[in-house]
Amino acid sequence: MNNHKPVGGKILTKPFMVLAFLALIAFILIIKRFLFGIGSVTNLSDGYPWGLWIVYDVLVGTAFGCGGYAIALLVYVFNKGEYHPLIRPALMTSVFGYTLAGASIILDVGRYWNLYNMFWPKYANINSVMVEVAICVASYVMILWIEFSPSFFEKWRKGGTPTFVKRFMFVFIAIGVLLPTMHQSSLGSLMIIAGNRLFPLWQTNWLPLLFLISALTMGYGMVIFESLFSSVILHRPLEISMLKKLSAVMQKLLVVFLIFRFGDLIWRGEISTIFDIGFKQSMFILENALIIIPMILLFIKNKKSSPRSLFLSASAVLLAGTLYRFNTYLVGFDPGHGWHYFPSVSEIMVTLGIVSVELMAYLVFVKKLPIMPAIQHN
Amino acid sequence: MTINRRDFIKVLSFGAAAATGSNTLFGNSTISKTSKHTLSKDAVGILYDATLCIGCKACEVACKRVNGMPVENSEWEKMHGIEDAWDSGSDLSTKTLNKIKMYKHGSATVKNREKNGFSFIKRACMHCIEPACESACPVSGFTKDPKTGIVVWNESCCGCRYCEIACPYNIPRFEYDKAIPKVFKCEMCSHLVSVGGVPGCCDSCPSGASIFGKVDDILEEARKRIALKAGEEYAYPISTVHDKEKQIRPTEKYINYIYGENEAGGTQYIILSAVPFEILGLPKLPEKSAVSTSETIQHTIYKGLIAPIALLVGLAFSAHRTTRKHQLAEENTIHE
Repeated sequence: MNNHKPVGGKILTKPFMVLAFLALIAFILIIKRFLFGIGSVTNLSDGYPWGLWIVYDVLVGTAFGCGGYAIALLVYVFNKGEYHPLIRPALMTSVFGYTLAGASIILDVGRYWNLYNMFWPKYANINSVMVEVAICVASYVMILWIEFSPSFFEKWRKGGTPTFVKRFMFVFIAIGVLLPTMHQSSLGSLMIIAGNRLFPLWQTNWLPLLFLISALTMGYGMVIFESLFSSVILHRPLEISMLKKLSAVMQKLLVVFLIFRFGDLIWRGEISTIFDIGFKQSMFILENALIIIPMILLFIKNKKSSPRSLFLSASAVLLAGTLYRFNTYLVGFDPGHGWHYFPSVSEIMVTLGIVSVELMAYLVFVKKLPIMPAIQHN
Repeated sequence: MTINRRDFIKVLSFGAAAATGSNTLFGNSTISKTSKHTLSKDAVGILYDATLCIGCKACEVACKRVNGMPVENSEWEKMHGIEDAWDSGSDLSTKTLNKIKMYKHGSATVKNREKNGFSFIKRACMHCIEPACESACPVSGFTKDPKTGIVVWNESCCGCRYCEIACPYNIPRFEYDKAIPKVFKCEMCSHLVSVGGVPGCCDSCPSGASIFGKVDDILEEARKRIALKAGEEYAYPISTVHDKEKQIRPTEKYINYIYGENEAGGTQYIILSAVPFEILGLPKLPEKSAVSTSETIQHTIYKGLIAPIALLVGLAFSAHRTTRKHQLAEENTIHE
């Protein structure tokens, strides 16, 4: 009956302690930020008001957390039952990615005690893209924990998941597909208002669609990455045949992404901008090279099913999506003469700390809860 | 099974169609300005004429006085005990809401000349007709007064700084050095204007470079000025557009353009100059604001929440079928 099993093993391993140490440093820096202001820890300025925390922790963090969304879309909407074993591990990365992204917003927002105004009809501004993002991300975090709840029920409740939870799960699954569709696209729309302060290689009315497709590719990328990674560090058998099929889905989406990305540049007559040599152009080329590499790797027949090329492809896709977000929000953003931004050491340490917490939680969860598909002994 | 997918695709394409109306697709400018952004007859503004500005910074002093803003000193000055002796900020900040800046070229001998000349420029909030800060703010932290059109900051602000990303003029300033920060920008002395007063900068300007008035009146005044021939004598009002106190002087060769009249949907702070606006640090902006593009896209996708609801219904339908199938399969394996 139960297809998922805890992996087991010791929690307090050496890597775990290193992660805990990084988390501790971040914790101290976070206290500093709350006592002395955002500027005491970050290099943010009135020219570059958003930096590493927003772009990595929130934008990239939630895109990494799109595995649950991407797999749910395949299993429940496109009715591909064969991917079902991947749902739980994917959901778990989503739960952590989103919960920590949501929590890290509190660090970056200056007047966090007023955040509830976003949900307060008197103050919520329906013209603001951010209101849509905030409401959808906040609700999605809750939905994710509900979708993930069977793992807890199976561990701690006699008789497993209650019948009513099972019966109404389809509602949460449906909302769980709708919400990321809404906010992952809106995370792109956020920059439309920046107008010509965002370089033409990135500023387009198609930002919402591009961010949505990109988030989906990153979702599949994360599932492949996570599956191969856990096979190695947790000594589990490889799920190659399923990952191979998944990578084909990812590959198709990458093609769609590139068609829209370059079609838009050609349509707007900005394609020639690529050839004006400069830092922004180099970053654009790097961003797109990272998409083309996995497409070639996954195209070569005999390499398609090698774990190495799957791992490389997934990593490249994750990097490409990360770079796309950094480019749209930082590299391509030009507030005018005299403004510069590069994250401070403390800023980077806080982000590392957040990633550490995520990895620690991952290790604890897979070892203690029924998340990974049970190993089939032949 | 195939029905499922087809239904989903139908719903998806419906949502996508709603999401990407022809406007988003082709970026044409047939989008009408949102009605709430039409200016009232009583909207007020400032006309800054760079050709008259002598760079005395009386406006900066007055601004600090009437708004109760602190004097700004550099770290070096503080270290050497020179604090509060003078104000030495070099840009807009959380302590400085308006700033006189200078353009200088070559020998800088002649005022109002691009080559080997110089010019001043006063930077402050432009009080946009379609304010990006107001549109972007998720929590109504910036609001535009329906009568005066003045854009002010409110305590409901959550400090997300989306306004700083959105503002095409890079105006809002956030207190990065405070545990309990606020956001600052020029509020056109709304506390004085509401009781019939004049903003500090216009009230204090000795040369008539900054004048206050109804938006319609200052625009008319600006049009009159750029139509003048260089060297022609003109009676410049001193602090308000209808000021009886006037200074008669020959005009400079104006650039035949009113900065702010059409920039990103127009502003209530308009600027005249004899040197090109770009070299004074004023951004070149299209007439159609990024605000209207952003709001149009967002409202097209979420119009009446029809697309999201339709999508949700389709999703619930297929999720229901699939979960039931999975449960049945699970039960069957138990019975076996």
